[in-house]
Amino acid sequence: MHLVYPAVLAALLFSVGVYGVLARRNVVLVLMSVELMLNAVNLNLVAFDAWLRDAVHAGQALTLFTITVAAAEIGLGLAIVLLVFRTRRTADVDRLTVLGDPSEAAPDAAAAEPEGQAA
Amino acid sequence: MSTLLAAAGSLEPASRSFLSPTGAEVVFLLVGLAVLGSAVVSVTTKQLVHAALWLVVALGGLAVEFLLLTAEFIAWVQVLIYLGSVVVLVLFGLMLTRAPIGRSPDADSGNRWAALLVALAAAGTLVTLVADAFRTSWIDLTAGGGSTRATGEYLFRHWVLPFEALSVLLLAALVGAIVLSRSTSGTLPRPRAGKLRAGKPVGRPGAPAAPAPSTAPTAPAQER
Amino acid sequence: MNLALPILVPALPALGAAAGLATGKRFPGLARPLAVLPVAVSAVLAVVVAVQLGTGQSLDAATRLTPTGGPDISLALHLDGFSVLISLLVGLVATLVQIYSTAYLKDDPRYPSYAALVSLFTAAMFLVVYSGDLIVLLVGWEIMGICSYFLIGHHWETEDARSASLKAFLVTKLGDVPFVFGIFALGADAGSFRVTDVLAAATEGRLGHPTLIALLLLGGVAGKSAQFPLHTWLPDAMAGPTPVSALIHAATMVAAGIYLVARLMPVFLLSAAALVVLAVMAAVTMVGSALCALAQDDLKRVLAYSTVGQLGYMAGALASGDRDSAVFYLVGHGVFKALLFLTAGVVIHAAHTNSISAMSRMPGLRKRVPDAYWAMGIGLVALMGLPPFTGFFSKESVFTAAEHAAHGEALTRGVGPASAVPEAAGWIVLVTACLTALLTAAYSTRMWLVAFHGRAAGEPAAAEAAAAPAAGAPYSPEIDEADPATAEPAAMRWPLWVLAVPAMGFGLLGLRDDWLPSLLDGGSLRPTVTTSVLGTGLALAGILIAYAAWRTAGARQAARPAAEGAPADPGRLLLGPVYRFAQHGFGVDRLYSALFVRPTAAAARLVNFLDREVVETYVRGAGTGANALGWLVRRAQNGNAQAYLNALLAGAVLLAVLVAVGS
Repeated sequence: MHLVYPAVLAALLFSVGVYGVLARRNVVLVLMSVELMLNAVNLNLVAFDAWLRDAVHAGQALTLFTITVAAAEIGLGLAIVLLVFRTRRTADVDRLTVLGDPSEAAPDAAAAEPEGQAA
Repeated sequence: MSTLLAAAGSLEPASRSFLSPTGAEVVFLLVGLAVLGSAVVSVTTKQLVHAALWLVVALGGLAVEFLLLTAEFIAWVQVLIYLGSVVVLVLFGLMLTRAPIGRSPDADSGNRWAALLVALAAAGTLVTLVADAFRTSWIDLTAGGGSTRATGEYLFRHWVLPFEALSVLLLAALVGAIVLSRSTSGTLPRPRAGKLRAGKPVGRPGAPAAPAPSTAPTAPAQER
Repeated sequence: MNLALPILVPALPALGAAAGLATGKRFPGLARPLAVLPVAVSAVLAVVVAVQLGTGQSLDAATRLTPTGGPDISLALHLDGFSVLISLLVGLVATLVQIYSTAYLKDDPRYPSYAALVSLFTAAMFLVVYSGDLIVLLVGWEIMGICSYFLIGHHWETEDARSASLKAFLVTKLGDVPFVFGIFALGADAGSFRVTDVLAAATEGRLGHPTLIALLLLGGVAGKSAQFPLHTWLPDAMAGPTPVSALIHAATMVAAGIYLVARLMPVFLLSAAALVVLAVMAAVTMVGSALCALAQDDLKRVLAYSTVGQLGYMAGALASGDRDSAVFYLVGHGVFKALLFLTAGVVIHAAHTNSISAMSRMPGLRKRVPDAYWAMGIGLVALMGLPPFTGFFSKESVFTAAEHAAHGEALTRGVGPASAVPEAAGWIVLVTACLTALLTAAYSTRMWLVAFHGRAAGEPAAAEAAAAPAAGAPYSPEIDEADPATAEPAAMRWPLWVLAVPAMGFGLLGLRDDWLPSLLDGGSLRPTVTTSVLGTGLALAGILIAYAAWRTAGARQAARPAAEGAPADPGRLLLGPVYRFAQHGFGVDRLYSALFVRPTAAAARLVNFLDREVVETYVRGAGTGANALGWLVRRAQNGNAQAYLNALLAGAVLLAVLVAVGS
């Protein structure tokens, strides 16, 4: 197989993931796009591993590790999202601007009293 | 048998040329188109839950690609972890953050045009570079490089330490997720017994099932 | 003689000034002794020096002060008859002024600084007169200028004093600029700044540019001695206290210019053009100022214009080549003009107004200030030049000098060739001096009659309460701090009589050749018969004309209804249509204002505008620019994580492209 196929597919998938990270409003959708990017990287790793016929299969090993880390990451990420949602009542990236310059940041959603009940 | 083979000539492709793709390449291309298409839909659709579902398609397609690249174990791990747990987590996340069902007009933020620009630039750059660099590189697809046996061998022989470290990472992530998603009031609510409708056994036709205690977080007032 | 004495003469008042300035606030009791004593001692020492010097001799002493790469500057002393004579005048008038001031400025909170400045001024004048080096003379010249600024502006609470002091300073400095260059040119030509060297170079004909030098020096003379066209500061300088006017503007500072020309006469005699220019200046000044004096309502302004005119007499004498008569006139004039100013101070203090028309409505005035009345009379007679008072002899000497110059036999008394003085200069001076003698008598008589002999035309005699100045009078009464209880305090009275004596008798010193003339260049200062008759006749004619005009004006006013208000003013009658112009100095002030003041003010406004709108705009723009830049940068910190990531990735892509393309 010509190496260009998986490489180009990975590149395009990565760019789609970039668009998603930068353009989506909901935090969860952003995390999904990050997953897309990670998968593109995985594809690349596997393709190059096959091309190089690596004896220690570094590419595939790294792919496995990437999948693991991505899973851990999305778990933690969603926990954070939930926390943010509980305190700020919004999962809107545009509204989470507390760390910006006070004169520039858009007012974020009124922080309601924290939820009393856990999921 | 041997005469048939001799008559047919070699089964090897005549020469390696880009314009006469092998079967694997064709399949790869088609599945790749599907993956790309569903990924694009996933990041552009206005229905949030549909986005998650299209992500499933994309990730599944990628598993097929892995198979085509002779990495079986990884393909099945992909299905197991990504399709099995990650997407489920994402769906849970969408549900718990009250993602709107149906079309939501403000699914894209104000940065989308800049994002499009950056994405196109990135795509253009990467594709140009990659295509230019690997114009004359071919993968020799030999089966067995990604089998479970091979995976076990290389993983526990050459990659033991990172493997163990990853388990610690997973433990840390687990603990972290639990800590983060604990209620901020500090005290855990006392577990309450659910309300039972007395006298009516569960499952009798005609009798309404006992309404399970609501486990979904009841938000008294939703501010949007 | 012991050199310490002539050195102490300028040094003592300077030390007194320093001590006065240092202790004025803390020991106010010392102010008066420190004011009077050093000047008095200096005056006595000046007399001693004069006696010790004797006649016909000169003293030179010098020590090099600083090398300059060109002619050196030395601290030099040059005493001769002119120096000691003028120093006597300065010492006498300065002492009397200081004594007078102790009463005149009795309640002034700034008296210590005033007295110190008067002492410093006196020291500077002594320095000018004793100096043997032109640069040291220049130092004294300039110190006098700055002291004059401070003293005229003594009552700086009033707008008039502030603007008058500034005007005096600027106009005299305007004349001082060519003066300085003249001194430099003189020093360069003669190779030295020492007066003796310069005079030797002049008489030996070694000066390369005598006309240029003389004309440049005349600039300073015109400024300091208030000749046309730089005379405008003197009438306005009357806003200062009257003792200041007596010292500075009668006896000393304005005499410095005349003294300078007299000292450097050999240089001036080398340039006929400069002498003609001086003659023309003197002529215009004499006649113009006399006409103006005839129209003034303010007592002090009459005296100021009179000073300007009398200085014109001295300048005219110099233009005729005779420096002896000029210095003779200078000393005499210093005495009687100081007398007139001091008496004017007493009269103004008693009448609470400067205006003679207001004084004319106070019939009891002369009974309240009898000493001042008679002293002023003596001074005015001396001014008019009636025999045997001082003014007669000095005026005759000027006439004589002018007449000789007009006939080509200028009385240069050995300083230079008689042919050096052009006849035109002599004629100009002679004609205008005659006219001025007439006008001087006229305005003196007018002043005397209007101020002291006015008839309260139809109004009740209790007009002294309504002592407001006439409407539209171009002055404001100076602040007067003398004791309001007495009309004539003692310390303001007997200086008048001390001055009256030389006002009457000084001129007699010129009669014998071995008295005054031996102190100067020799030659005779005796009046001739023709000029005596001419001069006295003109003066008497002036008196009669003024008296007649006064009677006529008085009669006319008595005939008209009493609602007219304006008292009988013979000046108005005599001058006719010229009166209005004469009252405002023939519009010279307006001309200067239009030529110089308004363009400068407009330029200043333009500069202010440019500074505010152009330069400030850049400065403010820097601030605004920084603000805008900050706003721009702040937009990048909007808190939106996606925007940050956007920028990050765009940068990464850019870098990747650059690397790819570059390699």
